[in-house]
Amino acid sequence: MARFASVVAAAAFGAMAMGSVAYAQESMNDPARDAYYQTFKDKKVVFVPVFMGLDLTEGWSKMMAKQAAALGYKYEVRNSNFNTAAGAQTLTSLISEKPNVIVVQNPDVQSYARLLQQAEKAGIHVIQLNMKTNTLTYGFVGADVVQLGELQAKAVTAKCGAGTSGKVLILAGPPTSPFSAYMLKGYENILKPNKNIKVVSVQSTGDYESAKAKSITQVVLQQNPDLCGILGIWDNTDVGTAAAIKEAGKSDQVFVSSSGGGGELSCKGIREGLWQHYVSYDVPGQARDLNDLISAALQDKNPVGSTKTIHYTPLVEYTKANIDKQSCWTLDTIR
Amino acid sequence: MLGGVAFDQQIIVGMLFAIIFTGFSLALPGFLTIGNLFTLMRTVAVLGILGLGMAIVVIGRGIDLSMIAALAVPSGVTLAVAAAGYGLIASLAAGIAFAIAIGILNGFLVAYAEIPPLFTTLAVGIGVAGVGQSGLFEYDIVPWPPSLNSIAWIGRGALLGIPYSVLAFAAAAVVVAIFLRRTRLGLFVYSIGDNLNAARIAGFAVRPMVVLQYILSACIALFAGLVLSASSSNMDTRIFNLTWIYDVILVVVLGGIGLSGGRGGVLNVLLGTLLIGTIVNGMTILDISFEMQNFIKGMVLLAALLLDSIINPRNEETAQQGDI
Repeated sequence: MARFASVVAAAAFGAMAMGSVAYAQESMNDPARDAYYQTFKDKKVVFVPVFMGLDLTEGWSKMMAKQAAALGYKYEVRNSNFNTAAGAQTLTSLISEKPNVIVVQNPDVQSYARLLQQAEKAGIHVIQLNMKTNTLTYGFVGADVVQLGELQAKAVTAKCGAGTSGKVLILAGPPTSPFSAYMLKGYENILKPNKNIKVVSVQSTGDYESAKAKSITQVVLQQNPDLCGILGIWDNTDVGTAAAIKEAGKSDQVFVSSSGGGGELSCKGIREGLWQHYVSYDVPGQARDLNDLISAALQDKNPVGSTKTIHYTPLVEYTKANIDKQSCWTLDTIR
Repeated sequence: MLGGVAFDQQIIVGMLFAIIFTGFSLALPGFLTIGNLFTLMRTVAVLGILGLGMAIVVIGRGIDLSMIAALAVPSGVTLAVAAAGYGLIASLAAGIAFAIAIGILNGFLVAYAEIPPLFTTLAVGIGVAGVGQSGLFEYDIVPWPPSLNSIAWIGRGALLGIPYSVLAFAAAAVVVAIFLRRTRLGLFVYSIGDNLNAARIAGFAVRPMVVLQYILSACIALFAGLVLSASSSNMDTRIFNLTWIYDVILVVVLGGIGLSGGRGGVLNVLLGTLLIGTIVNGMTILDISFEMQNFIKGMVLLAALLLDSIINPRNEETAQQGDI
């Protein structure tokens, strides 16, 4: 009898408990959620970089791959290995393969422009990453290179004012690369109105070769021993620029401004005095913005080409004064 | 050796060099200074070292298109091994072993499998660069590790005002000159390049000699790679994708080492290197654009080749089977 009573009591208690639970937390599915995850099934995103094996491309790619794995769409990399013709070939075959999104890093402002338009006509969302052609597609994510050039030039003009020679060397990338053409525009915006600045040389480092940057810097330093500033193109290239200055024993005299994705080399460069000023376009931040745009493109039901979004990503300036507050990323720290 | 024509390419290029050099000296203030001349030579030192390696192979009637890969990947391996904490000796040994392996592979395919060197070395070069780019290194640009700073002088700084990279070029030139002109093996290289069948009939071990040529060119490329990476504080293994190999061939051919083999020497490489160095240096001082510089370099090569073929026309006697 006592046993029966305890069973009843336990059952009653249990029922009460369950009732109160149901009353306190009524579960409900997010109505958007299932459809959201369903959207990504069987979709495909292809990344066509200029070159893998660099901190920039490896960083972007790692984060794109992570989002693809999390959301369940396919992600592929087709490396064009610094070969514009190979990249064009890849894009041509992608137009018939029809992935949902192509993420492309353009080697120059012209070569891929028509192919990207064709891809959009074929219904593929094209997102341009950091290096931009002269035509707009569904989206662009990357640095405002003109602004980047302006920031660098401002730092150099501040250093090379009255009382210095005002002599500046500009080291560019390949002549038609967006990072040369637009950046030169940014330099011009600041340097031209400045009376004290004298640009002694504007030279291309070829395909961002550090050896070439070094030999150009050596020749220009030889001709202009009182050189005041150098506007560099990219951290990896400017390792050569810095080596030339160091060998000439002019580390205290020549002010170098460089730029890049804000990887570990950027902090090392400031700390070791390879460059005194650095503009970072923050690869992990860019990759996050890029992933958002990819996700939006995969959910987009409008005809391709009806919307065009430009997303200039924030730029961060590194100097010796603030370097301890910056977090320079590595592939391991990317999450 | 057999270039007994009074007015050969070596003299043409020598004159071309003299004209351009004099022109720049008169027209460009700051060109003809000791400082600038050292800068000029420093700019082309690595190219010159590569040219020496290429010269050995070309004199032996081959060509080595894998030299840039042999410059980039084995030296990248050396830097990476050193960065991983192994000592100087171990990291250098790893690089040298890699370079020798590339040379043996090239030489074996050319000498024993008898695949033309043009295709062999092209394929081996792509393969080696592919190995380098498929995850051998964390990034394709390998930084110079501080643990190798004890040998960093080969590409940095100067001794009595002469940059070490220029001294490295000079040292390599002396070694290669002695090898080619003062050793029996060097004589074999000329004989094989001049007439392979005759060399074989005369009793030379032709096939092992061919393998040796490619081992030498790969090791010289590694040396160039170490000078280059010490100089610019990193090894950019992407350089295989650039047009460097054409510059190396340019230096060798411009200097007057015939692609048909058996002719020329270290002096030709020096001449070709100095000519290219002078043109590039002058154009940089003049602030000429990148595209224009490439155009002018191409035109100078074309002019030298045209002059050579006008003054020394090819005929049945000089032309050889298998000429490129």
